[in-house]
Amino acid sequence: MVDERLLVGYDSSDDAAVYIASEEIAIIQTLDFFPPVVDDPYDFGRIAAANAISDVYAMGATPKIALNLLCFSNCLSLAVVRKILEGGADKCMEAGAIIAGGHSIEDEEVKYGLSVMGLCHPDKIRRNDTPRHGDVLVLTKPLGTGALSTGAKVDLIEPESERLMVETMARLNKNACEASLELDVSASTDITGFGLMGHASEMAGNDNQTTLVFESQLIPLLPQAIEMATDGILPAGAYRNRHFIGDRASFASDVPLEISDLVFDPQTSGGLLLAMREEDVEPYRDAMRALGEEAWRVGRVLPWEGAPIKVI
Amino acid sequence: MKTVDTRGLSCPEPVLLVRKAIMEGEYPFVVLVDDATPYENIRRYATNNGHKFEVVEEDGEYKFTFTE
Repeated sequence: MVDERLLVGYDSSDDAAVYIASEEIAIIQTLDFFPPVVDDPYDFGRIAAANAISDVYAMGATPKIALNLLCFSNCLSLAVVRKILEGGADKCMEAGAIIAGGHSIEDEEVKYGLSVMGLCHPDKIRRNDTPRHGDVLVLTKPLGTGALSTGAKVDLIEPESERLMVETMARLNKNACEASLELDVSASTDITGFGLMGHASEMAGNDNQTTLVFESQLIPLLPQAIEMATDGILPAGAYRNRHFIGDRASFASDVPLEISDLVFDPQTSGGLLLAMREEDVEPYRDAMRALGEEAWRVGRVLPWEGAPIKVI
Repeated sequence: MKTVDTRGLSCPEPVLLVRKAIMEGEYPFVVLVDDATPYENIRRYATNNGHKFEVVEEDGEYKFTFTE
């Protein structure tokens, strides 16, 4: 069935479905759920919710209604289930979204997430594949959650690194989105399972008109991410992402292997990657700092230079 | 020769078993790997930490021989 009011649907790699309800209102609909990425059930709930809501922020929209999705095994105590749902509820409240219900089923392994509906003016919707040549690429969370989660499973990371990893994953992309709403952002996406390179590849598109150039030295990394990559503590997804992107990303010969591994590291609830005008970068970074967060300039959008992505 | 069989294990277990074998220091030893992810991870760990090894691939399985 074709409905021309479905603006962004299954055929694009965008972050969510967008339906134009009226001249004033676009509905953004998304969902995400996964098995636990951390041991603490409350943290898991917060992270799963921040991750699910993130698609709405990536599109420049405001989350309004959320529905819980829960798979739980019989051997899971009700106290643990309650903690997971509390984590999700707290994040939705922080986002200003109402949890209006949900659905749970029995499964062998616990999984949690949400379906989230957000609203936006149709003219303000942000696409992930429309970067403007000359714009600066800004990233709002450090990379390395995949590598650090892998290390955390076997107690290879320090408690402080683990705490930072959890807080990074549990942080909403609310401030990152809202601080940029008045700016002329040409493309926006959130960094999740495909890693920085995977989502950048979607941003660059397939028309051989645009190259995203990343400066490897500017890419923010979580503490101990380099150590994990150097010691071969990388998840299978990092290699899968590298294989999938293949020669769409070209690396300068002096980019260290551990950095080139981490730009493929699959992220859980990663930050936003925004393409914005040069003159907006410092005001945006100042606004983020004022909100207690950081944003990093990581590269630039250029006319075609032989590959969709270059890392120098 | 001592053999560390990591086949069927998922990351990061294989690389941890290699670290343990290196710490025990009984060279040479062989590591059997049946998947590309532990192969890549072991290669990175060993190369970056200055350990010498040879590796052969046969039918999607890898056999590392660590010499020092």
